[in-house]
Amino acid sequence: MTNVAVHLEAQQHSLQAHVHDALAPGTTHTQGQQHPIKLYLVVWGWLFVLSTCSYLVDYFGLHGHLRWSLILLFMMLKAGLIVAVFMHMAWERLALAYAILLPPALVLVFVAIMVFESDYTHLLRVMFFAQTA
Amino acid sequence: MAETALINNVEPPARPAGWRGIAADWSSDQRAFKNVSWGKAMMWIFLLSDTFIFSCFLLSYMTTRMSTTVPWPNPSEVFALTIGGQQIPLILIAIMTFILISSSGTMAMAVNFGYRRDRAKTAALMLATAAFGATFVGMQAFEWTKLIMEGVRPWGNPWGATQFGSSFFMITGFHGTHVTIGVIFLIAIARKVWRGDFDVERRGFFTSRKGHYEIVEITGLYWHFVDLVWVFIFALFYLW
Repeated sequence: MTNVAVHLEAQQHSLQAHVHDALAPGTTHTQGQQHPIKLYLVVWGWLFVLSTCSYLVDYFGLHGHLRWSLILLFMMLKAGLIVAVFMHMAWERLALAYAILLPPALVLVFVAIMVFESDYTHLLRVMFFAQTA
Repeated sequence: MAETALINNVEPPARPAGWRGIAADWSSDQRAFKNVSWGKAMMWIFLLSDTFIFSCFLLSYMTTRMSTTVPWPNPSEVFALTIGGQQIPLILIAIMTFILISSSGTMAMAVNFGYRRDRAKTAALMLATAAFGATFVGMQAFEWTKLIMEGVRPWGNPWGATQFGSSFFMITGFHGTHVTIGVIFLIAIARKVWRGDFDVERRGFFTSRKGHYEIVEITGLYWHFVDLVWVFIFALFYLW
């Protein structure tokens, strides 16, 4: 019985020591999110630049894989800035970040399924419903 | 054992970070989101569910566009405006994008001033955000009117695949509804901030609970999400 108690105590101490070592910056925000205004203005500026870039993709009429990859790149950069800085996800604990950000990533599986499905539908339409001139 | 109890009484130990922190938080007692209030956690979870709704809309749009054998109308031309005798592609949508991004900027600053308990600036920035949002909805109403006059219907349009209209009205309509609700939400909270409800801890009319400046951040989460959804709609519907 005493052995067990000693063992538990030792565990408790090692856990505490570890906890203090691993304290990451940003985990101490308990009084609400407080960051310098300048940070928001810089992100605001970047969102303007990225939006202009994605508009220019259309304005200059880029086509094919270059167009699609640029659109997706600017989209993901803008989404990342909004979620990380404006919505403060960068400073939240990982338990919340992963709980919120992982499920939408699974939507990509749904996307893959529907790509196969619509390719199949398209094939059937071309094969059986094509208008004969 | 006595010592263990003593340690727990002194002060709660700091939470571990990284993967160990995720395991520790999720396996701990009572609550998984340690330094987040229930209001903020619930707003995040609501936004997650809303993400799935918009994902389904965009997915159904992708499926119809990929599977139709009829050419898809070119959004660059459909949403072009003639200004000063020149046809500029997608210009209205670009302006709407900049307006919504600006509203996100003012909202982020409103949250900041809210935590500094600066009533006037917080309320003013929230009302500016609401004004940007109302402008956005106004421009969307203009866009809808223009397209309906040109003959776009949920069941057809003059340029190509019939599903263009239904996808357009469904996606932008649902987003516009979110913006409208956001504007109402912003005005309601801005009024409370202006009146000083969170300084005198006045109890809410509906909940009888004391409010805190954190509600400004929670409102902000919703508003930034509306902007976030527009980023995806802009890229996938208008630019693709």
